[in-house]
Amino acid sequence: MSVFTNILLGFLVVCAVSVSLSKNLLNSILIYMSYSLVMSIIWLLLESPDLAITEAAVGAGVTSLLFFVTLKKIHAIVKSDEKADEEPDGTSDAGSDGKEETHEQKAF
Amino acid sequence: MSRKLSENEYGKTASGRLKRWLDGDKDLFLDNVEMRPQKPFEEDEETKAKRAEEKKRVLKKVYDINNNRQVRVFEKIYRVSAALFCVLLVAMLLMAISQLPAIGEAERPVNNEVSERYIENGLQETGSVNIVTGMILDYRAFDTLGESHVLFIATCTVLILLRIDKNKKKELEEEQNDSIYEPENDAILQTVAKVLVPTIVIFGIYVILCGHLGPGGGFSGGAIIGAGLILYLNAFGFEKTERFFTAKTYKRLSFCALACYSLSKCYSFYTGANHIESVIPLGTPGAILSSGLILILNICVGIVVAGTMYTFFVMFRKGGY
Repeated sequence: MSVFTNILLGFLVVCAVSVSLSKNLLNSILIYMSYSLVMSIIWLLLESPDLAITEAAVGAGVTSLLFFVTLKKIHAIVKSDEKADEEPDGTSDAGSDGKEETHEQKAF
Repeated sequence: MSRKLSENEYGKTASGRLKRWLDGDKDLFLDNVEMRPQKPFEEDEETKAKRAEEKKRVLKKVYDINNNRQVRVFEKIYRVSAALFCVLLVAMLLMAISQLPAIGEAERPVNNEVSERYIENGLQETGSVNIVTGMILDYRAFDTLGESHVLFIATCTVLILLRIDKNKKKELEEEQNDSIYEPENDAILQTVAKVLVPTIVIFGIYVILCGHLGPGGGFSGGAIIGAGLILYLNAFGFEKTERFFTAKTYKRLSFCALACYSLSKCYSFYTGANHIESVIPLGTPGAILSSGLILILNICVGIVVAGTMYTFFVMFRKGGY
């Protein structure tokens, strides 16, 4: 195995652990997306381009979109101005990066 | 709709009935299965207050960690055993992996006569340059048939769970404000989508059509087209997409694709997964019109997957279209 594959595999482990350790749900999904992307590169290196295409389209694309929409449905992603009105009841995400969230909000 | 017949007469003909059945206009349960509307469970204020007070009292007694020694001990044991279980599971899985034969070793169990046959005779027997596609859509086509039906059933389940009744939509407007939320007219997103969406969709079509020549195939191409449609929907809103893709379109497309696939491959279930000689000529390997049924099956799977991805997103987003 080449050095590049080993680096990618290490990155995969780091991603997988940090998905479950991340407090912010939005960050978890973004990390999960990068996990899928790295996985698709690894598929390519393992000489299965069919799987690589599917992983990139389904894992990094459609699944994460569905996660985003679900988070929006359960009000885990809120606009920063809405957030100020809401009571901090602990159920909404604990992140403080309001700017990034507004960005995501606009896309959906 | 026929131009010669009136709408009433057209509804009585065979094609009219087929159309009505496809569109789901006829309610099969009406007058056949009686269903009583269910009343939501209600209880009066007094019992509610009583129950709340009881719950408070019980919680105070049972989950008081400072006074209840049993709970304290249980919490500690629970945490320690959870950590132990995780470590044990990781160790077991790593041990199992370490005993697997190395990649590329000649005596691996995967290197048996089946893969040998696929590699040596795959091109002659299926006419597909991409042996993976030849495998999943010719030798193991009935597996892929099951897979596409699983996708269809998944969409049906999402429809059942997330669909919002159109008549009740107005009542819900206040409560579920985000379900009717339309994407804003974002200039950056729209400009990017104008460039990207045609490219993505054309790439998806290429991946589907060249599934038997290079990497790709129905599933991946369909997923790419679905992602392109979702991007278009996010940039331009539901009004634009509903001009060409509604629930009726999805129903018709997936019905035709699944029926085509089933009719051409369901003999496998009767012959016990044995092959029947195809009448369609295989053509020259490498040409786009080659390898018999594989191209058609790829297109069918692509249509089902693209529709499914898009419908998933719409259901999650809006609860019906």
